Amino acid sequence: MFADTPCAIDTLVPICATLDDVLPILAVLVGFQVLVLRRPLANPRRILLGFGMVLLGLAFFMQGLETALFPLGRLMAVQLTAPEFVGAAGGGAVAGAPDWRAYGWVYLFAFAIGFATTIAEPSLIAVAIKANRASAGTIGTTGLRVAVALGVGVGITLGAFRIVTGTPLHWYIITGYVFVLLQTAFAPKPIIALAYDSGGVTTSTVTVPLVAALGLGLSSSIPDRNPLLDGFGLIAFASLFPIMSVLGYAQLTALVARGRREQDRTGN
Amino acid sequence: MIRRSRSLAAQVAGALLQSLRDLAPIVVVIAVFQLLVLREPIADLASLLIGIGMVVLGLTLFVQGLNLGLFPLGEGMAWGLAHQGSLFWLLAFAFGLGFGTTVAEPALIAVADEAAAVAADGGMIATGAAAQEAYALGLRLTVAAAVGVALLVGVLRILRGWPIQYLIIGGYAGVVLMTALAPAEIVGIAYDSGGVTTSTITVPLVTALGVGLATSIEGRNPLVDGFGLIAFASLTPMIFVMVYGMLI
Repeated sequence: MFADTPCAIDTLVPICATLDDVLPILAVLVGFQVLVLRRPLANPRRILLGFGMVLLGLAFFMQGLETALFPLGRLMAVQLTAPEFVGAAGGGAVAGAPDWRAYGWVYLFAFAIGFATTIAEPSLIAVAIKANRASAGTIGTTGLRVAVALGVGVGITLGAFRIVTGTPLHWYIITGYVFVLLQTAFAPKPIIALAYDSGGVTTSTVTVPLVAALGLGLSSSIPDRNPLLDGFGLIAFASLFPIMSVLGYAQLTALVARGRREQDRTGN
Repeated sequence: MIRRSRSLAAQVAGALLQSLRDLAPIVVVIAVFQLLVLREPIADLASLLIGIGMVVLGLTLFVQGLNLGLFPLGEGMAWGLAHQGSLFWLLAFAFGLGFGTTVAEPALIAVADEAAAVAADGGMIATGAAAQEAYALGLRLTVAAAVGVALLVGVLRILRGWPIQYLIIGGYAGVVLMTALAPAEIVGIAYDSGGVTTSTITVPLVTALGVGLATSIEGRNPLVDGFGLIAFASLTPMIFVMVYGMLI
């Protein structure tokens, strides 16, 4: 909507661009409030202030990432996957494509960047705050976020391994879903919906740009990989593995609690 | 809401410190890889520091704004719609929210454009700007409709108290079935389209809506029934996109 009119402030902080993304949401919210609910908002000033802060915050957040961290992260993904670097790390003197073991630093980077970006993911922070309140404090915000971040880290690592080895994407995904189904049958019931949601929230503003750069760098530096086909799919890993890790975290917590109870009983 | 015992300055400092902690892992990872693994100096330290400062400020504003604006808004609308008693308007709101938040999502626009390029390369559609644009627009509308349907069904689930796993298992079965049937070129794009639909503004709103509904309706638990909308919203686009890939 603002795309055609020049927006002076956008050169500094992309406020107009962020506003553009939010307009359809605002239209739906205001439309329903005015036409269907026909009731004034409680505390409209505070809500408007909060909405403004969210917008401004997101604009600053994205602009900061774009000027500082994304360029470095993207460059790093390209450098780490470059044949010269991989060849050097693998001991050199490898004819043709290096073996999957030569990509050690890539896997480590994949894990670290998956973990670190997820900890900073604003939508995950939002869900963790809500989960903490909805569970009356039994689900800790930090515990949930670390569990999700570990899941994303492992997922991206496996995704990088898949691109290096060139194995078909759907076998991993289908196996993963079967595993999730098995876990669902045994996990504590209250956590299930939240665990599924954790899969969806991990892939938003921070994780996607860096992870996509890693996938693209990997698939364009390895012979016989199609960047368009193999570069996709890392995101799918990033949304599958947090489900497992959050379900696993809940199962572990339940197991520890049960063990403690049994210990108490035998102790008495 | 505002605790008088703590001064405003202390609150702001605390919030900024929390954001700094949230960002520390990224900064550490990038610094370690840049300096120790790649052994390259950081080219422009000043702009890096300014950027990190902006990210910290932005994250702090965002989290504070959530509690002031987005959460009360989502909960208020959930409460209002639940007490108005019209199933039609509640479901219409769910669909509208899903469709409206997705159709203009920049990540989705990028994926749709790339998907159109892949499709043109693979000979699925005619090469040329017009054909690609039409394909990309169709894809965007498909994904937006998928998210709208997902929220609609997800809200119905909260009202009826269906266990989330049946919806999810049904959805996964659909994804597996469609993976076998759909053309191979669309599969990667379809899987990714599920991930790009949940933007940073949608997630807090949708979560607040779900938890707010589950809290307003008697017999529903906010934790068991309130979550799950986002999961379903990242699942249906995969099925819808693969159907789209088969039809086009």
